[in-house]
Amino acid sequence: MKNETKVERKSERELVITRTFNGPARIVYEAWTKPELFQRWWVPKSSGLTLISCEQDIRVGGTYRLVFRHPAAPEGMAFFGTYKEVTPNARLAWTNEENGGGQFTTVSFEEVSGKTKVVVLELYPSKEALDEGHALGAASGMIESFDQLEEFLPNIS
Amino acid sequence: MVQYSKVLDASFAALSDATRRGVIERLGRGDASITDLAGKFDMTLTGMKKHVGVLEHAGLVVTEKVGRVRTCKLGPRRLQEVTDWIEKYRQLWEARFDELDVVIEELKQKEKAK
Repeated sequence: MKNETKVERKSERELVITRTFNGPARIVYEAWTKPELFQRWWVPKSSGLTLISCEQDIRVGGTYRLVFRHPAAPEGMAFFGTYKEVTPNARLAWTNEENGGGQFTTVSFEEVSGKTKVVVLELYPSKEALDEGHALGAASGMIESFDQLEEFLPNIS
Repeated sequence: MVQYSKVLDASFAALSDATRRGVIERLGRGDASITDLAGKFDMTLTGMKKHVGVLEHAGLVVTEKVGRVRTCKLGPRRLQEVTDWIEKYRQLWEARFDELDVVIEELKQKEKAK
């Protein structure tokens, strides 16, 4: 049985995503912090995107870099940032820097009787950034149509 | 985009209040007068008129006065726009997390096998 994924706009600049997983926090954390595992789920198959490289240096001040390929972007597009908080099995926080300063993401892992509640908080630099789509361009570009993705591509350097 | 942003603004402000979300939910099940809504939410007529005014301004509700009764119903499509917008995020994260479920299940099996 799969658990519900909830998304809520908590304020003008914040989006909160919640889901419970049927496993202990250390396993969920492992799937989030080992590149060979992370790259299996972060980019859903339905997105049409292929992850061509995934580097994660999981420590405070360490960086990550994900490069995707899509039929509309055969040369690839990169998403990158810096880890700001790393508490094993409990919390991760990182910046998203591909658009010259995007959202700040915090993930918490909370284990209760063998299950783990994951809360992702995305804090955007401004209300407009959340409204108009850093994430719609970047993250949800994955589920957007081909045309919309193409519109977004000129913004990626 | 700017126009769209304004619509979202008014809509999110309107929906930031529990009573107003309740009113939307109630109207989703059928039209109601201001008096009905005030009674249902245990409010004064004036208080309910204010809430309905905010929802009307955001385009989430339309009202029509017939005789002495003002009837409220859901606006034609704006709530849909707001939910579509959130739904896009939800679908992305759900697709991700469904695949994360698979990875977690595998890791659990591996641990058991040890």
